[in-house]
This record gives sequence, structure tokens and C-alpha cells, in this order.
Amino acid sequence: MKHLLNNKISKAFDTSNKKAFIGFLTAGDPDADSSVKFILEMAKAGCDLIEIGIPFSDPTAEGVVIQEANIRSLSNGMTTDGVFDIVRRVRQESDIPLCFMTYANPVFHYGYDEFFSKCEELGVDGIIVPDMPFEEKEEMEGPANAHNVAVISMVSPTSEDRIKNIARQADGFIYVVSSMGVTGVRNEIKTDLDSIIAHIREVTDTPCAIGFGISTPEQAKEMASKSDGAIVGSAIVRIIEKYGKEAAPYLYDYIKSMKDSVASVN
Amino acid sequence: MSDKGRFGIHGGQYISETLMNELIKLEEAYEHYKNDPEFNAELQKLLNEYAGRPSLLYYAEKMTKDLGGAKIYLKREDLNHTGSHKINNVLGQALLAKKMGKTRLIAETGAGQHGVATATAAALLGMECEIFMGKEDTERQALNVYRMELLGAKVNAVTTGTMTLKDAVNDAMREWSNRVEDTHYCLGSVMGPHPFPTIVRDFQSVISKEARAQILEAEGKLPAAVIACVGGGSNAMGAFYNFIPDKEVELIGCEAGGRGVDTPETAATIATGSLGIFHGMKSYFCQDKYGQIAPVYSISAGLDYPGIGPEHAYLHDIGRAKYVPITDEEAVNAFEYLSRTEGIIPAIESAHAVAQAMKIAKDYPKDSSIIICVSGRGDKDVAAIARYRGVDLHD
Repeated sequence: MKHLLNNKISKAFDTSNKKAFIGFLTAGDPDADSSVKFILEMAKAGCDLIEIGIPFSDPTAEGVVIQEANIRSLSNGMTTDGVFDIVRRVRQESDIPLCFMTYANPVFHYGYDEFFSKCEELGVDGIIVPDMPFEEKEEMEGPANAHNVAVISMVSPTSEDRIKNIARQADGFIYVVSSMGVTGVRNEIKTDLDSIIAHIREVTDTPCAIGFGISTPEQAKEMASKSDGAIVGSAIVRIIEKYGKEAAPYLYDYIKSMKDSVASVN
Repeated sequence: MSDKGRFGIHGGQYISETLMNELIKLEEAYEHYKNDPEFNAELQKLLNEYAGRPSLLYYAEKMTKDLGGAKIYLKREDLNHTGSHKINNVLGQALLAKKMGKTRLIAETGAGQHGVATATAAALLGMECEIFMGKEDTERQALNVYRMELLGAKVNAVTTGTMTLKDAVNDAMREWSNRVEDTHYCLGSVMGPHPFPTIVRDFQSVISKEARAQILEAEGKLPAAVIACVGGGSNAMGAFYNFIPDKEVELIGCEAGGRGVDTPETAATIATGSLGIFHGMKSYFCQDKYGQIAPVYSISAGLDYPGIGPEHAYLHDIGRAKYVPITDEEAVNAFEYLSRTEGIIPAIESAHAVAQAMKIAKDYPKDSSIIICVSGRGDKDVAAIARYRGVDLHD
């Protein structure tokens, strides 16, 4: 693991041995003002790190809930520069660790150096790019690290003998994908996560957080007990989908219950 | 940037971690079986006895006289079983998938030709089959939907995004990442993550392997040009491949210009696109200034795709192949022209290549030749062409 300067991701996993709760939302869903409000509310409710989705026209790793959030955001005119502006406004009030989550093309097309230099200026600590696997990440990681941004690695149920190589080079935290397929709420998570985490632990002490399919406090608690934290996306986006601009108090209540549940794990 | 599966700067494996091991296994299996005499004999037998290969190289005498230049030859991929070049690749991949122990095929389709070919191979080899097709395309190509269902496939109408080919690819990828254990994603074009662009090109290269020998037999020399339509670019890659070392042979790919490359209603990637990363590959894509993939348009569902295969992007970069846009209007004129002149109704996709030949044939000497790849037959397009011409067909 490299040591990036002033990177706040480690803070998310270092709150007096409590497990981390990571929340996701799509920026610009339903609009920029709401996103700023929601992110601050999520931070207040106890998120240790927030993943901000930069919308993409073709989010191939997402299930229907987040796909639709991408469409809502883009059709309301959100752009990559608009997302940077959302972060700028959030940063005026909060120093919560932040990661972007998006696809390779919006970052590539913006220009890696220009994109990550903006991230550094605004204090974005990491980026998660599901279509940039271990074999290809170098072209993005060079410019990202030069601007103290961590490229988060993903490990999935099919990673098998790839786990150790991925884990050895991982930065920030390791995103452990709980299930096959795309993002979305699941009733049951059947993957042998203990064995995946054990393989990771053999080669690194980089924190691991589990995501994909988690929606209930019970699931979050179980996932956090296996790892260093739980990541929730679709369940949060569903609240935004349901309540639109009025979602802030509902987000607060939901995230507080999830964070409390995760924090109850020792 | 890894150099695996690269064509110059293009290609690569920009795909989710969940699919990486499956792609590695696919590459290993392909590297093994492509040199396995038994596999090749089995595939050759299917191509010859089931698909009807070799396909004819037909001298279009009336068209030649009418255009008044190079001799026009048509590589008749439309005569293959299922009516297009798609079967070449599908038989190869389905056989490979079966050797890998897969029991289920999934595929995207635009016009429906690749879906029909995949459903056909699945029926023949006793595999389960599920096809993803943009909802708009299921309406444009309703007959092909029913054909696939007749063949025992399940057809999923994709309702996200522009509801066309790219959205069908998105959903096929999502489904594959959900179920890799027993399922092979039978990708239909020379696109996507490595090793697909190479596998599909190799299976389609039979087109130029045959055509090169056939033209030498007929004319005693190589053609002046080979012309093919390009969406993702599989028939073009197949038609070009064995001519690439023959530097004197011009290679011309015809993109879907739609209502014109100066309008947003186009799918001409080389003419209007820029470098990007999408659907597993680095290549050229139609996109906006923030890298959002553009909602492209063409009268042809099979060319209605915002990207181009990475090897084509490379051939463009090094100047070995040239890519030109053909508008809907030009393609429809060519569709009607070939039907009337030679009694051959081409797919509207292939009509884009015919249109280019109509433009340039007269610029070539009469003792030279041009090969047009007629990638598919046009029965599926008759209703759409009637609509385009304002003719109301009642069933």
C-alpha cells in the first residue's frame, strides 16, 4: 500500500476501532442543490465516507435503481464539472472523506491529469471505477496518485487467484463485492466472504469494506463483522427516488440506523 | 496500460473484476482450441455442411456495366444459413463455449441477425439461449424476434437508454456478470474486451480467406478495393483481414451516416467520434464533451452503434483502411439499386457498402475489380424500406 499525502480515507476506518459505514449517492439526482444537502445530511447521520457517483450514460455495473438515478441526473443536466461544483460546496462545510464512483470514460475524456488535479484541489480522496480492473488501472493510477487520489481496487466472488495480487497493490480501502452481477438490493448474500477476506488479510492490512446488495441494518452488521465496514448504495438511492428533494430527513434516519448497527460490531 | 489484446493504443480489457477471470479462461480456451485439429475439423464441418460455406463470390455483370468502371464482385454472405455473416462467428464461439462446459448462450443483437444466428447455434448444439435486444429494435425487426423465439430462444426487450444496440450490450454484460458459471456471452462483433475482438475477427476472417482465393481464381490478380459496412465492424474485419498484408488493396469501411454526419442523427464513429473507453475497450466512440456516450441513429439497426471495434480504430490510425459515412438515403437507394439491377436484396447494413461502390466504381479502370461484402440479406428490412418510402404495408 502506498502512502498518499493528506488522504482522508484512513480516517474513515480509524474511528476508535468502530467499523465504517460508507454511503453512496448519484450526484445531481434529482439536482445539484439536493445533492449538496443530502451529502451533508449523510455525513451528519454518521457516514464515515461518502461515495459520490458521477453519472454516466451507460452504467454497466449498476442494477436498475442506480441506472435510473444516472438517467435522472443526466437528464437534469448534471455534468462532471457540475459534480465538482457539488463537492466544492460540500467542502465549505464538511471534511468527511469522499470518493468518486464513476466509469472509465468520463474520467478519461476529461483528461486524467486535469480530473485528478481538480480532485486534489477539492479534497476528493479516492475513486472507484468498476470498468478499470487490475490489468488496466495503471494508466489512471499514475495521474491519480500524483494528485494524492487513491484508486480503489475491487475484489469479487470470482476473483479467486487474483485476490492476492489485487490486495497487495490496493490503496485506500478494498471494495469487496459481495455478490455476482450488478449493484442492487438483495435478500440474501451467499458468497463465502470470510474466505475472500482471509486471502486479502494474508497479504495486506488495507481496510476492506463490503458492498453490493446490502440494505438492512442486520445485513450491514453482518458484513461489518466480517470486514472493516459496509457500503450501501441502491438502498440510499431508493430513498432519494421515493422522496426526491424532500429526502434529507429520511436519509438521516436510515443512515443513522445503519451506522448504529455497524458501530455495534466490535 | 497492458499490451494484452491491444491494437496500437486501442483494445484492452476495461471490464468489471467479476468478469476478469472468465475472460482469462476464455482466452486460455481459445488459445488452446484454435490450434486443436479436432476442434477445427468440427468447426469446418459445421461451416461447410450447416452454414453453406464457402459463400459465392459473384461477378455482378449488370452492375459493372451500369457503373462503368471496376468489375464488381459480391461476396455473398447473405447466402449463409440464417442469412448473414454472423453465423461464422457464432458457430465458432458456440462450439468453443461447449468445449468450455457452458450450457447457455447469451447475446446482444441490433438488427436481429446475430440473435438469430446465436439462437440457431444454440438449437443445433442443444444449449439454452437468451437474447438481449433494444426495445426499439424489437419493433423495427419484429420478424426476427419471432424467428428467435421459434428457434427456442428467450428474447429480452431492453428498455434502458436509447433502447438500441448499445443498451442491448449493456444488459448482456450485466446478465453475464450475474451468471458466468454456465453461461458464455456470444459477443457478435469485433468489439468488447479482449479476447473478443481477436476471437470474432479470427472466426470472421474466413470471408477474406475465401474471397482472396476466389478473386485470384477469377481475375488472376488482387482486387483494387474491398468494401464493407461497419457498425462494430465484424463483417468488415472478416472481409479485410487476409488482404491487410496486400498493401495495394484498398480497404474501405462504410459507416452509418444516418441523416448526415453534420446532424446529431448519425452513427458514424470515425467521422464524428473521439477516443474513449467503453464496452470493455479503448477505441473511438460517439460521445459528448463529458464522455457521455451519444444516442446515435441509423436506419440500419445493425449499424446503430456508437463505437467501432479496436482493430478498425487501429487500421484507421495507421491509414491502412479508410472509413467513409453513407447516409440513410444513399443506403436505401443502393438497397433498391442492387435489388433491381442484380435481383439481390441486400441487408440495409450491406447496402451501405453497395452505396460506396456505386460512388467510386467508375474511378477505377475496367480491368480492375472491387469486392463488396454483402454481409446479409434484406428480407428483414423490406417493411422498414417501405415505411421509409411512405408505402403502407398491411399484413
